[in-house]
Amino acid sequence: MAGGNVELKLVGQWASAFVTRVKLALHLKGLSYEIIEEDLRNKSELLLSSNPVHKAVPVLIHNGKPICESQIIVQYIDETLVGVGPSLLPADPYERAVARFWAAYIEDKLVAPWDRVFRVKTDEERGEEMKQMLAAVDVLEGGFKECSNGKCFFGGDCVGYVDVILGGAVSYAKANEAIFGAKLFDAAKTPLLAAWMERFCELDAAKAVLQDVDTVVKHGKFLVAKNSARASNN
Amino acid sequence: MSSSQQPAQAPAPVRLITAFGSPFAHRVEVALALKGVPYELVVEDLASKSELLLAHNPVHRSVPVLLHGGRAVCESLVIVEYVDEAFHHGAAPRILPTDPYDRATARFWAQFIADKCLKPLWLSMWTDGEAQARFARETKESLAVLDAQLDGKRFFGGDALGFVDLAACTLAHWLDVLEEVAGKRLVGDGEYPALRRWAKEYTSDETVRRFLPDRDELVAFFAANKERYTSMVRAAVQRQ
Repeated sequence: MAGGNVELKLVGQWASAFVTRVKLALHLKGLSYEIIEEDLRNKSELLLSSNPVHKAVPVLIHNGKPICESQIIVQYIDETLVGVGPSLLPADPYERAVARFWAAYIEDKLVAPWDRVFRVKTDEERGEEMKQMLAAVDVLEGGFKECSNGKCFFGGDCVGYVDVILGGAVSYAKANEAIFGAKLFDAAKTPLLAAWMERFCELDAAKAVLQDVDTVVKHGKFLVAKNSARASNN
Repeated sequence: MSSSQQPAQAPAPVRLITAFGSPFAHRVEVALALKGVPYELVVEDLASKSELLLAHNPVHRSVPVLLHGGRAVCESLVIVEYVDEAFHHGAAPRILPTDPYDRATARFWAQFIADKCLKPLWLSMWTDGEAQARFARETKESLAVLDAQLDGKRFFGGDALGFVDLAACTLAHWLDVLEEVAGKRLVGDGEYPALRRWAKEYTSDETVRRFLPDRDELVAFFAANKERYTSMVRAAVQRQ
């Protein structure tokens, strides 16, 4: 989109790692946007009408048209909005396929159990989900090696698509030890990912957008307690 | 093995690792055919996986896997996007739309079909009782959404077959096979008329038709694996 009046609204919620992905992409591209903060217990008309299927954040509204699902939004931003800096997805079709593969892996094998670990009711179930997550992190260490080719990011020299997809959850990764007692990216077990995380946090976009870790710890502990309490009330 | 070792005129060879009955592999075969790409089919016995498969898809150990000049692409919808991009030439149809907003819409519906239709559909087939009722309900709600989304269109993207149709292929040719094998009727008479009409359009498409597994063989195949599916799903559901 060349020049003209670009109107960008992001319907989001501060705690969401999925929303954070979109914020990262917009900041990396130097794009300004209006943030509309939702109370997900009391969803706005805007959210319900712009995402009737899922009624979930994030939703990017570009010149009045809604785009839903964080990975799809990030790809849309990359393809449509001419900002600063290189593309998030590589130009080569094979490298794009590799990036999409690892983004899908992160979603299915890391983020899915990560979501469940907050919601399940017992310590035993929590332990199971954490085991799944840590197994996925081990595999992802190999994924980083494959994508980065010895460089700093999944995208190589520059931040790329997979960095943004994983990057949305970095504050939760840092909070993991305080909430659950286990480091997610442990330098002793997955040194490449541990180093990646530190490097990622140094980015201007990360500093601008990532949630405060202590706030995430409090929020995470609250979620766990709430879901456990619901079980013991049965 | 780099493609620069090939003579300039000869395109890098394409192989597709597949297994009988896989709707995921079907998606890729249709994509390759739409782009006019010649390829060699390598048929796996998933009960006894080959070194080729394990070497090229160590993460998931599943089919389909596309091998292009020796480099592997995995995950069926990732492969379909790759085929659309890597093999495009002047006359070939586009699998994903060219407009970025339409592309986002296509990806949205493909993801909806995967997460909200196919996942609970599979689970509903191999569970019983309360869990089965829950998955069946979720599937039917999603099918109703899809039915409304078709809204009189011939295919999900309009007049031509595309990405979302490939994503939904299970619903066109595999759904009633699963219902028969599992002994569970999910779709009642007269339900989802737009989807039924779409299924006929999809399965009679001249390209798609070449890659639909024989129905009787599909029934036999799924019946033979029914116990395995049931125990795998039981283990997965216990975790939720």
